[in-house]
Amino acid sequence: MEQVMANGVYLGSQYAMIALGLTLIFALMNVLNFAHGQMYVIGGFVTYTFYGQWGVPFVLALFMSCMTLAIIGALIERYLFAPVIKGSAREESTMLLAAGIAFLLDALILLIFGEKQRGVPKIVDGVFNWDFRLIMPYDRILICVLAILSIVAFIALMQYSKTGRALRALAQDRTAAQLMGVNVDRYSMIGFALGAMLAGLVGGLLVTITGVNLGMGGPTSIKAFMMVMIGGAGVISGAIWGGFILGFMEAFGLAYLSQYGDITYLLIFVSLMIFLAIRPQGLMGKPWG
Amino acid sequence: MNFSKIQILGVLVFLAVVFVGVPVFIAATGRWDFYFTLTSVALLAIASAGVWLTFYIGRINIGQGAFALVGAYVSAILVVKAGWSFWISLPAAGLFAALVAVLIGLPILRLRGVYFAMITLVLTQVATLTALALPITNGAKGITNIPLPGGISIFGITLIPDFSTLENARMAFYFTAIILMIITYAALYRLVNSRLGHLCRSMQQNEELASSIGVNITYIRILIFAISSFFGGVGGAMFGSISQSVYPATFVVKDSVDFMLNCFLGGLGYVFGPMLGTLVLYFGWDLLFEFGKYQMLIYATLLILIIRFLPNGLLSLRFGKGGGK
Repeated sequence: MEQVMANGVYLGSQYAMIALGLTLIFALMNVLNFAHGQMYVIGGFVTYTFYGQWGVPFVLALFMSCMTLAIIGALIERYLFAPVIKGSAREESTMLLAAGIAFLLDALILLIFGEKQRGVPKIVDGVFNWDFRLIMPYDRILICVLAILSIVAFIALMQYSKTGRALRALAQDRTAAQLMGVNVDRYSMIGFALGAMLAGLVGGLLVTITGVNLGMGGPTSIKAFMMVMIGGAGVISGAIWGGFILGFMEAFGLAYLSQYGDITYLLIFVSLMIFLAIRPQGLMGKPWG
Repeated sequence: MNFSKIQILGVLVFLAVVFVGVPVFIAATGRWDFYFTLTSVALLAIASAGVWLTFYIGRINIGQGAFALVGAYVSAILVVKAGWSFWISLPAAGLFAALVAVLIGLPILRLRGVYFAMITLVLTQVATLTALALPITNGAKGITNIPLPGGISIFGITLIPDFSTLENARMAFYFTAIILMIITYAALYRLVNSRLGHLCRSMQQNEELASSIGVNITYIRILIFAISSFFGGVGGAMFGSISQSVYPATFVVKDSVDFMLNCFLGGLGYVFGPMLGTLVLYFGWDLLFEFGKYQMLIYATLLILIIRFLPNGLLSLRFGKGGGK
């Protein structure tokens, strides 16, 4: 039981970070970013290149992967999403763009990094063992702590900094924020970059444990969509809840249902559909967000 | 409905191209593989027509792959295990998909915008996992060796020949798929220009307002979703029959996303948008094959450029920004 709970926290903290980036982009731009999983994979590969291949210290490699993704995110927002949103009759058209970007990033990853599974050396060795009731490698604990610290830092940034206030205003009401003197174009770009950066950060963290490969992008996006749905689209606390709930469901499913075959995810999907039928806006979302 | 001369001429040209032009071209160039490609385009266009119809009531449907998979399995099971004729299993597959759509649609059609989009995305995954888990679908092994469609004859006159006796089944499939596609789009065009179509348009703009002036929005959206899934089921069933096999991975999330992209690419404001979108996306991908490992890169770049400069779809090029139908 303790083991399952610990796995839940571990999975949940990573998932929450993925969902945070997706929900931030959605809240600001009303864009469903299909390419979020691919951004995560790029983050993993950048950290792999710097830390695994060139022997740069891990923290620096993590920083590089954040910066790479932030720049990619900013460029994508500035030159693709913003003009398409302006010129399109229905704002759903951005979904075609997002899917196109997902294809493009997939192609770039394939050309630059290849399709092999890549892993990096462990950051710390050893296994934490509490009387055989709870066994967890130290590097997993470290990643989990780092993930939770990043979430706290992100919340603090959104809550107390000027940028965070502007972003929250933008998410609440675009027009009103503009009337209050928020530079909407600039903060959209910053917000998108921040969302992409979160994807890069979690990709960089996870490459140390699970490794990274080309095929991880799509499934990661789908998981992120589910977490956002559980918590409510465009709500930051909702994304964190959604991430932890999915993490715990997965941990419990793997522990208790795996003998029945691969039905954990089927059950998760079905319960999600029932949940959404009862509460369409998720746990904390605005109705019809 | 009054058709202008240009519209009638356009339809005639289209029919001439697909029924005479394409076979002549293929016979001349010897590219028999184009038959398979164009058949797939026609079938995927049928499923995309359904997605377009759900867009018409203001819902983003990324779940068409689920209904295509349901249709493919229903037809395959009826043909292989119950020994039905394929031609009866085809509408049965569509109707079953529509029935599933009604059951699922009742709760989830209350959702809007991004919530509906995401739950339908999950729906495709559910369909794939269900196909893996159920005994009747043979799990991951799938249903293989589906016989080719048999013949139909009334009073000794052969209406449809038995496909397995034909020397060129690919051509027969091509004509079947094209005819089905034409029926689908004719039905879609008729629907959009009917009273129901106008009601849908009012829902797309403002559901509360439509409801307040007496439109039964629940009934309409279930009906539209059922019709949309019917198209998906028929397209999927036909696809299974051509490849003579159905697997849980025959239609996955990526296919559902593709169906949606077809609609965006052609243009959401135009009935024939999904047809053009499917042709461009599927055929374009095939044509780029010779670029080898750069295929995906070029394809994605072109896709991004199209949406960047024509955000309202390819058909908006002809009709101007936000123009008519």
